[in-house]
This record gives sequence, structure tokens and C-alpha cells, in this order.
Amino acid sequence: MSAPTPTTEAPTTTAAVSVTDVTKTFATAAGEVQALTAVDLTVAPGEFVSLIGPSGCGKSTLLRLIADLDTASSGRIEVFGKDPSRARRDQDYGIAFQQAGLLPWRTVAANIALPLEIHGIGAAERRARVTELTEMVGLTDFADRYPDQLSGGMQQRVAIARALAEQPRLLLLDEPFGALDEMTRERMQTELARIATETGAAVVFVTHSIPEAVFLSDRVVVMSPRPGRITAVVDVSFGATRRDEALREASVFFDSVTAVRAALHGETDGERAATREMR
Amino acid sequence: MTRADAAPDVVTAAARSTSVTATRPAGRGGRRRGAAWLWGVVGVAAVILLWEGYKLLAPEDGVIVADVRILPRTTDLAMPHVWDMVVRLAEPVTRQDGSPPLWTAVALAALTTLGIAAAGWLVGLVVGMALALVMQRWRLAEWGLLPWIILSQTVPLIAFAPIVRSWGSRIEIAGAQWQDWMSVAVIASYLAFFPIAVGALRGLQSPERLHAELFHTYSAGYWQTLWRLRLPAAVPYLLPALRLGAANAVVGAVVAEVSTGLQGGIGRLLIQFAGQASGDPAKAWGPIFGAVALGLIAAGSIALLGVILKNYRRGEVTA
Repeated sequence: MSAPTPTTEAPTTTAAVSVTDVTKTFATAAGEVQALTAVDLTVAPGEFVSLIGPSGCGKSTLLRLIADLDTASSGRIEVFGKDPSRARRDQDYGIAFQQAGLLPWRTVAANIALPLEIHGIGAAERRARVTELTEMVGLTDFADRYPDQLSGGMQQRVAIARALAEQPRLLLLDEPFGALDEMTRERMQTELARIATETGAAVVFVTHSIPEAVFLSDRVVVMSPRPGRITAVVDVSFGATRRDEALREASVFFDSVTAVRAALHGETDGERAATREMR
Repeated sequence: MTRADAAPDVVTAAARSTSVTATRPAGRGGRRRGAAWLWGVVGVAAVILLWEGYKLLAPEDGVIVADVRILPRTTDLAMPHVWDMVVRLAEPVTRQDGSPPLWTAVALAALTTLGIAAAGWLVGLVVGMALALVMQRWRLAEWGLLPWIILSQTVPLIAFAPIVRSWGSRIEIAGAQWQDWMSVAVIASYLAFFPIAVGALRGLQSPERLHAELFHTYSAGYWQTLWRLRLPAAVPYLLPALRLGAANAVVGAVVAEVSTGLQGGIGRLLIQFAGQASGDPAKAWGPIFGAVALGLIAAGSIALLGVILKNYRRGEVTA
């Protein structure tokens, strides 16, 4: 494995993400819809935070606001102390979605190099960076393949490598493993845990899956719909315990799963079918 | 054409389903292409058989039902033998001494027309792409322009070919006189630009929202997004449009040649030899074969372009 990329700068007090009293309303044909209400959230540098909750709780919306793909109706969002649009232009974050979104006419290597090309990085540096990244996601032998020759899990690895291309200190991941089968999913989670540790990047991770959130995160942020808001924050740091396959069998893991499940169901009291489906 | 287009999809799908590590089965693609050629030859043979079979079996005066001839006469004058048509190609154009063989005259005329059609196609490509780019950039332009572009194709410009020619004869750019062939090329481009503009617009608009947002997160500007996302994504839409455009340019050039009376092209030759058909029926088929070859060359050039750009057509498979 390649040496960890030294992205961790001198310890800063600036939060990776700071969300203060954010509200988002969408105008629809049926009137205004409150997607987010009075959301407060702080993500420390290097911290792994999952957003979990039923459909319509605004977790993806929150991620999109942080990524400057949408703007908040009110409240304040800062990414490394900057305005989200400034942070986006500075390439302070890397992003990946549920669909890998690779360009089908580009090889794995060329897809990973895409952001570097757009930002005018020289060919030699680009090649070195791509070699490093393909190795990190375990796709060295597939660098010359095209996306249609890859499995879903491999495509998602490429998408994550691409998100890491600019060595961001923040990764925004919107259900990146949502379309994968359970076995691939668990393998990808282990890989992501390792990558997050290696790069030292903070991660905001949107998911539907309780075990996934618990396995990966330092903190799980539980959200609830109509209107979308944060109802609980569950601390799941396992101390010195490594995030590997053994953790999935450990009792601390199950305790945390139970805690997150209780937080998810507590405030809804079985009144919504959407939450019941999560069980 | 459809058979050949469908084949790669099947092959890649098979390659995907086997396994990621498996290499693309190269042999199957070749075999399929061979089969496509074989069926092409079978098709031509079937037409020849039908022609000669009818000529052999049907009555000399054609098939007449209730005083109406529903199938043509089978005399050598009306339906020359296929081999006579081919043999005629090798014989001199006229009986005069030193007259070149018919096929060279046909080939020369076909090349002339091909050149004019290519010029028209290029103009159509530039105009079509420019219109598509403007319409993609500004939604308002799409609303304003697209109806006019569609309307433009309802105007039979070929019918106005003599007028286009007379307009052209009054144009003089930097001392260079407007040439008659340029009028023909303009008419060809008028037919060619339409499918290119419409196809390119669809292609430029084809990238998914996900990709557009990804480029937004990279802070990629308009030109970066155009060059690295929209244009590559447009290729699968553009190739059939370019092929249609090429076919339109050839048809436009041939008909415009006839209509403006331009000498030297295949259109003129078609009319001229058809006039001599009563005395030399096989001769009229020379330029017809020439026109067919012309269409095949035009379509083949685009197919070649498709092979060069094959990596940009992967989107067709993954979808």
C-alpha cells in the first residue's frame, strides 16, 4: 500500500463543515415544502459523520447544500471556514454519488484524472497521482479498462478515487454503496474505512443502512422527515478498535446498532410506515 | 445497415456478462462483420435473380390486367440483361475513335459530384453544429430557432435551384467569381445541415444531470464542460445524424446538378444517358451504378468515422 497522503496539515481549529440553523424550502406545484428545518451540525477535520434517516428526511439535501449544488434558504454553512461556493471553487471537497457517474468513453485512469485535467495539472503529475489512487482503491490492473467492463463495485471504487484526486480534506458521499449487493457493500465499507484513515479526510456520508453507518462513523446523525431535521446524534467511536471484519461481530458494534435504531424509531413511535421499513 | 449497427451491442453485452477479467472476444466481432457482408452479397444476388428471372419468365409485353400494364415489358430495350449493363461499362462511351470506356466517364462524374457533396456536407456540418451549440447554450435560442429549422425543410429548395444559381452568379467575393458548383454545394448543404443540427442538439443535451453536477463541483467552465462532457457525449447521436446528412448531401447534389444543369457531375450524366436509352439501353445504367457507389462511399466514410470514434460510443452500451 502506498504511503498515506499527507493531507493532514497543522492541527486547525476550523471545522471541516459547520452548519448553523439552516433551513431549506423547495417551491413545488403543491406549495412550499420544508426540506430542512433549523439544522445544526459540525464536522471536525478528519471526522467520519454519517447522515441517516428515512426517505425525505433531507439528508441528501443537506449534503447538496454543503457541496454548493443547492443554496440554503436561510442559515449559514461553512466549509473549512469558507462559503460553500468558495470551497467548491477551491476544490476543498471531493464528491461521489449513488451512481458512479463515470464517463463511459474514458478509461479508469482517464476518469480518475478528469478533475486534474480540468484544473490544468501537468501530465506527469497527473500520471503519478492516478497511479497512486488506482493502487489505493485496488484497481491497478484495471487502469486501462472502460467503465462498461467493470462491475458496479469497481465503478464505485473509481468514483471514490476520482473524488480523492484533488487530495481534498473533505469527502462528501451520497449513498455511494446504495446500488451494490450486500457482500460487495461490506467489502467496500472496509476499504472506505481504510481510505478515510489513510487520507485523514473528513467524511460526510449519507446512507439508509444502520450497520453501514455504525461500522464507518465516528458519529451517526439521525434525521427525521416532514420537516427534515436532526433528531439525535449517536456517538459510535470504538476507541482503538480497528474497523475491520472482526468489528462486525463485536458486541460494541451491535450495541451501537441498537442505539442508532432506537434513535431512529424513538421519535416517530411507529406512526410512519417509512421508518418501519428500516427495521 | 441496422444489422451491422446492432451487432456491436450484442458483442459487448456478451463480453460484459462473461466476467470483468475476460478479454473481449475478438473473433466474434469479426465473424459477425463477415456475416453482415455475406448477407449484403446475398441481397444483391437476390435482386439480380429477381430481375433476370422475371425477364426470363414474364411475357415480352409485360403483365397486363384490364388494359393496364401492372408489370413492365421484358424486352432488352426496357430491361437490359444485368451482364449487358456490366459489359457496357467497359465499352467506350461513344463510337468515336479514342472514346474512353464508360466506367471512367462515370467514375469521373461520380468523383466530381462526391467533391461537391462533400463541400456541401462540410458546410452543413459547420452550420448544423453552430446552430446546435447556440440552441444548447441558450434555451431561448432553442425556442426561437428550432421551429424555423424544421420549417426550412418544408421549403423545396431543389425546386428553386435555378434561382439559387442566378443569385449566386451575382455574388463576387474578393474578386473570386461565384462558381456554378458552389450553388449545387449550397443546396446540398441546405439538406445536410438539418439532421446534423437536430442530432447534435440532442447529443449536446444528452449528459445526465449527475454528470453536469459533477462538472459543476469541479468548477469547470462552459468550454471545459463542452469539450470534456457535451461533445464526447454527443458522438453517439452525431454519427447517425452525420450519416443522414451525408446521404442528404449526395441526393441534394445530384438533384441540384440536374436542376441547375451543371455539367460534369453524375446528375447530368444520368439525364444525358437516359436520353440515349432507346438506342443504347444498357448505357443508362452506368451512371445509376455510379450514383449507388456514391451513396455507399458517403455512408462508408461515416462508418469509418464511427470506427475511429468507437470509444465514444460506449455510452450506447452502458446506458
